[in-house]
Amino acid sequence: MKYETQKIALVYFVVAMALFAVQVLGGLLAGWIYVSPNTLSELLPFNIVRMLHTNSLIVWLLLGFMGAAYFILPEESEQEIHSPTLAYVQLAILVLGTLGVVVTYVFNLFEGNIFLGKEGREFLEQPMWVKIGIVVAALIFLYNVTMTSLKGRKTTITNILLLGLWGLALLFLFAFYNPANLSLDKQYWWYVVHLWVEGVWELIMASILAFLMLKLTGVDREVVEKWLYIIVATALFSGILGTGHHYYWIGTPPYWQWIGSIFSSLEVIPFFGMMAFAFVMVWKGRRDHPNKAALLWALGCATLAFFGAGVWGFLHTLHGVNYYTHGTQITAAHGHLAFFGAYVSLNLAIFSYAMPILRGRDPYNQVLNMASFWLMAGGMTFMTFVLTFAGTVQTHLQRVQGDYFMDVQDQIAVFYWMRFGAGVIVVLGALLFIYAILVPRREIITSGPDSTVAAE
Amino acid sequence: MSTATKGLPGEVLMWVLIFSELAVFGAGLAIFMALRLLDPVGFAEAQLALLPGLAGINTILLITSGFFAAMAVQSPHLARPWLAAAALLGVLFLVIKAYEFQHKAALGISFETHDFFMFYYLLTGFHAAHVVAGIGILVIVGWTKHPAHIETGAQFWHMVDLVWVLLFPVVYLL
Ligand code: HEM
Ligand code: HEM
Ligand SMILES: [Fe+2]
Repeated sequence: MKYETQKIALVYFVVAMALFAVQVLGGLLAGWIYVSPNTLSELLPFNIVRMLHTNSLIVWLLLGFMGAAYFILPEESEQEIHSPTLAYVQLAILVLGTLGVVVTYVFNLFEGNIFLGKEGREFLEQPMWVKIGIVVAALIFLYNVTMTSLKGRKTTITNILLLGLWGLALLFLFAFYNPANLSLDKQYWWYVVHLWVEGVWELIMASILAFLMLKLTGVDREVVEKWLYIIVATALFSGILGTGHHYYWIGTPPYWQWIGSIFSSLEVIPFFGMMAFAFVMVWKGRRDHPNKAALLWALGCATLAFFGAGVWGFLHTLHGVNYYTHGTQITAAHGHLAFFGAYVSLNLAIFSYAMPILRGRDPYNQVLNMASFWLMAGGMTFMTFVLTFAGTVQTHLQRVQGDYFMDVQDQIAVFYWMRFGAGVIVVLGALLFIYAILVPRREIITSGPDSTVAAE
Repeated sequence: MSTATKGLPGEVLMWVLIFSELAVFGAGLAIFMALRLLDPVGFAEAQLALLPGLAGINTILLITSGFFAAMAVQSPHLARPWLAAAALLGVLFLVIKAYEFQHKAALGISFETHDFFMFYYLLTGFHAAHVVAGIGILVIVGWTKHPAHIETGAQFWHMVDLVWVLLFPVVYLL
């Protein structure tokens, strides 16, 4: 660790991993309720569990991004973080807000109260006061990282990272606009949800991947930057109007069917670009970095993101297809592999890279960490296939044959059992990962004195 | 250490943009032609409402304008007048385009009248938006007068030009 203030990242990462555990356990519970619907139906109903699962996902991913920014910025801009105190204050606000959401929802406090009560829009369920807290925390964060960047060396990686983080915060402002008209409500809702994961988050992803590639493979910065520009340009070009793929059936004008289909199909390109980038860098790279686990996560991220977001996204993005698959288990299959591949793996990659450095050690627990990768990636892939089958059957029975929703659900129950099984594997992998990161032991993959080409 | 400042990616990014644009317009035209195969009569009938003469004039305007932009690259000392002339023809193009749209609207033709018009509005509308952007770019690069900028601006303008040359026969004539 070259800069003292990089330590901030450590706390962010630890909190993020705690929420990660909560998130996957919440998913497992939701998956269990699917096959055994009366479980906890009074105490903790499915809709609340589902909310906790998705919201804790978003919050821990954001904490991870912010931690990554606090880790990367000092190194890239050759400058300590502007104000460590503010960084901790910001974290405290976010933790308080998260607890606020949990307590409000679990005990259903302040129902109907505009400021204190539940809001109930998927992913944006936070009560108003928490949303305001998030904005305050985001302002503190942006102030802190922007000041750091302005004082120091400006690199393409930090520029793109900051652009992504600014965009993330600005787009969140649409969460405050909640028109009564349901079509308009959805229209603005996607400004946050879609333009996040298929817009500004991709910039964050590309820049963090670029940083990792720079460190792990030792490729020239200029090469990395060229790729970065191309990935970012194609991501924004396709992603912005790609929002149209959510405007097919919500009451928006019909031209969105064509705009959405064409532009969102092109969204595959940046994800392909990121995968190509990662592999070409490793192939060209001359450095044999000892942190094999971080490299595995980085490559896994680029690959699974391409499949989850790119391939599974394209699968249902043309409006002729989406007409049938909209809101079926196909969507859930895509949602899981895309989020896991792109943003979960990205975070786990930077955690794997940064934690040993933050704790002043050589990479540790590499085998455990890599085992956790295969458990999680395998479990998630299996879950994706299972849900894709379930969704295909569901689409046929429900959308083509016209059977009733609940009748169809009964017929695809077997898939939900398998999803639960896959979920168990993922949860085991996640817990193993957290253990491997938090409880350092000596063992490292020994690269003997003459092993410069070990993993090639 | 100044890796971030040298080698600004103007050109690379412009090429990425151009390829992306061509992909979008190409996809739009391909779908348009595929739909026409399914409904040749309906498309032919709808096409009668267009004003191909005006569109022909617009084609000539844009090609000439592209030539002016190329001249601006060729002769840097006269770059500004050439760029101004190119931009001016772009404005004329838009005036005619606006008249054309207004003529359709007066006939009560909208996006939903027929698939033909859906694509007519989408393709030529998107293209017109690019003409607006292109004029803005020509003005800006004329302002900075930097030869590399002028070349990049002209690249964009040629792309706008090229897209029209593809649209014009497919939408108005075939
Ligand atoms: C890191 C891993 C995970 C990620 C990134 C993730 C992400 C998500 C997302 C984005 C949704 C909302 C999907 C949508 O709106 O279509 C969701 C819902 C859900 N997830 Fe997960 N999840 C993960 C792990 C799990 C696990 C291990 C299980 C266990 C079986 C699980 C079970 C569920 C269930 C049952 C739902 C609700 C689906 C529905 O409403 O039909 N998830 N998850
Ligand atoms: C990492 C990037 C991505 C993530 C995290 C992601 C995640 C999600 C999630 C969670 C949903 C469900 C939203 C809801 O209704 O609750 C969704 C829907 C959708 N996504 Fe993605 N996605 C990504 C990229 C893509 C890409 C690149 C495409 C297209 C090529 C795509 C196409 C779609 C479509 C068409 C839907 C709507 C499904 C429906 O109609 O039910 N996604 N995505
Ligand atoms: Fe989307």
